[in-house]
Amino acid sequence: MKKKFLALTLALAMAVGLAACGNSGAPSQTPAASSPAASAPAASTPAAQPSGSSDFKVGAIYITSQQDVAGYTFQHHNGITTAMKNLGLDPATQLLIVDNVDDRDDTAVASAIDTLANQGADIIFGISFGYIQSMADKAEDYPDIMFSHGTGYLANDTNFNNYFGRIYQARYLAGIAAGMKTLELGNNNIGYVAAYNLEYAETCSGINAFALGAQSANPDAVVYVSEINTWGDEALERQAAQALIDTYHCCVISQHCDSAQPQLVAAENNVFGCGYNSDMTEQAPSAHLTAAIWHWNVYYETAIQAAMDCQGDASKFVEQMGGNAYYAGLAEGFVDASELNDMAAAPNTREVMDAVRELIQSGEWDVFTGVKLSYNISDDGKVEIIKTDADMFDNQGSMILASGSGNVIDDSAIKGTMDYNVKGVIAG
Amino acid sequence: MNNPIQVLTLFLFNIVLVNLPLLYGTAGEIITEKSGSLNLGVEGTMAVGAIFGYLAGCAADSLAAGLLASFLAAGLCGLLFALLTVSLQANQNVTGLTITTFGLGLYFFVGKGMGENWPAMTASASLARGFAPVELPLLSKIPVLGKALFSQNPLVYLGILIAAAMWWYLSFTKTGLRLRAVGENPAAADSVGVNILLYKYVHLVLGSGIMGLGGFYMALYMSGSFEGSNCWINGYGWIAIALVIFAGWSPLLAILGTLVFGFFNTLQIYAGPLAGAFPGTLGWLNAVPAHLLKALPFLITAIVLVVSSIRQKQGAGQPAALGLNYFREER
Repeated sequence: MKKKFLALTLALAMAVGLAACGNSGAPSQTPAASSPAASAPAASTPAAQPSGSSDFKVGAIYITSQQDVAGYTFQHHNGITTAMKNLGLDPATQLLIVDNVDDRDDTAVASAIDTLANQGADIIFGISFGYIQSMADKAEDYPDIMFSHGTGYLANDTNFNNYFGRIYQARYLAGIAAGMKTLELGNNNIGYVAAYNLEYAETCSGINAFALGAQSANPDAVVYVSEINTWGDEALERQAAQALIDTYHCCVISQHCDSAQPQLVAAENNVFGCGYNSDMTEQAPSAHLTAAIWHWNVYYETAIQAAMDCQGDASKFVEQMGGNAYYAGLAEGFVDASELNDMAAAPNTREVMDAVRELIQSGEWDVFTGVKLSYNISDDGKVEIIKTDADMFDNQGSMILASGSGNVIDDSAIKGTMDYNVKGVIAG
Repeated sequence: MNNPIQVLTLFLFNIVLVNLPLLYGTAGEIITEKSGSLNLGVEGTMAVGAIFGYLAGCAADSLAAGLLASFLAAGLCGLLFALLTVSLQANQNVTGLTITTFGLGLYFFVGKGMGENWPAMTASASLARGFAPVELPLLSKIPVLGKALFSQNPLVYLGILIAAAMWWYLSFTKTGLRLRAVGENPAAADSVGVNILLYKYVHLVLGSGIMGLGGFYMALYMSGSFEGSNCWINGYGWIAIALVIFAGWSPLLAILGTLVFGFFNTLQIYAGPLAGAFPGTLGWLNAVPAHLLKALPFLITAIVLVVSSIRQKQGAGQPAALGLNYFREER
């Protein structure tokens, strides 16, 4: 049985390989070239079923390296390996990785996908936004492989989905911690080191949610944004954070960039900070309050389980996932604010954050709506959340959302088209 | 918000603080090139100096130990380059690029290999103290410039001292003269009894060592935080090679080149605050696209390179035998 399956797998791999070769040699023949590969799984399905998860292969394309000790790729790699272990898969043998794939180089992305396909990947994760077009194209070339693209917006109805999270909810929570700290210190200025601002909805929705969170605790809080125009450049991140502290006297430094440098700078200047991506209390124990973090394993576990449930029929993937765009948040545990650093945080911060976390998780309220929050904290630390209908304004003074709980900013805007900053955000 | 003069002062202060590692790289490359060797391995050499200097400095809890280790570790890269190009006559361009690849590889290998054991700079009081600003008496009281130039950390002063000393060495000493002769015409120098091999080896090691000090500076500036995605040196090594031409192979002009590049490099961070502080005169900075500001330091470097190569033509500063291996038997 095993031998027979091995032979079939090899045949399948060769067929896929031939398909890939034919593909690069004569692009016009793609459909014909890939059809033998498409028919192969049908033959192998009976053999595949009993062996189950032990032959399932996960492929991943990383923007930097699986060897990283921190940062974006590190978080995803961690998420994938954790998810696999939880599902009883062995990352050492069942996880195939192509490292250092430049997301501006479509040829490199395409050949990384070919490599993984040839090695027998059943599902391929691409973690960087720029992989989007290559993944969409290859999902058509390899209908028997599942494709899943992080942070993107393309998908089809069969074997290709995208995934992202409501990180803005986590940023709102971090904003609360920052706002409470500014109240305690009597200094309304918050700094924000941002990779980009209005250029990407991801960054500007994050800045806006953070500012709204800070303003819920301290209505006078102002967020100065320093844009560094790159996702990661440790030296620039440091300079930007230092400049925010020096020129605007910011007492809390938040960030949307890769490294912990802004938090280190905050610590060196005896101010405070909110990190991103990982709990940066480790790097800056005296300064770091809380970070907006991802639990990527939540998605990867869901996706890999769904992929295995497809039993070899990749076209069922989107159906198994319940849609082709996965967009989960606090409620699903996909994003969160990391453990609050009580040593640095203002009193009662934890209670307020917990109350708001619960509110968001319940689905009763969300960040980008016509209702704003404020808090009544009694002497014994009990938190009462006060909801007030309020218009939402951008920082140019025009209204972007009328008050009332019925008014919400669409998910599609938060994910894709938001290009303004809310009132109280200043480009620094 | 600070008052406008404070913002200006901070801007100038940061130009010096953030960009001075470039001066080490440039000065190191100048003395290397003066010996007739074109070492394109500055980036890798600085990375090696940075990581070993930092680790040694932490282990010994001493700034001096860090400086020494960074000089020696980077010096070994220079020795390797000398061995390959001077003794074994390998192509200098290729060898330099190899040193860069090797140096960066070693940097990441060591850093990632340390993993959890990576020492935090906060644990080493003397490194933090050694990198803290030292106000020079009287000079630091000068308005605006006093803070920018004379309230810096000791490594800033050391870098400027090295550049000044190198200028004196090249211009006014007998060995400096001989060194220049080796770079201009090694055969002629050889014929009057200059030990070419020795001169090349010594200055390649010395130049690389100085680059390593710049790497160590960068390590301290980054608070020794190793995250494994960026290298601390972050392209400074390549800029340094361009600045050598910018400076016309003069260590003194290298100081100017560092500040000119630094001006535009720091401007991308300070454009916003400057525009806010001087809304009348500098308010237009807010209208400059961020991408242009980001490209500006490199654009300016490219323009200056073109201009200076047209202007200098020949003989100005570039050693005539730069990049050519010297083989005695072919004399």
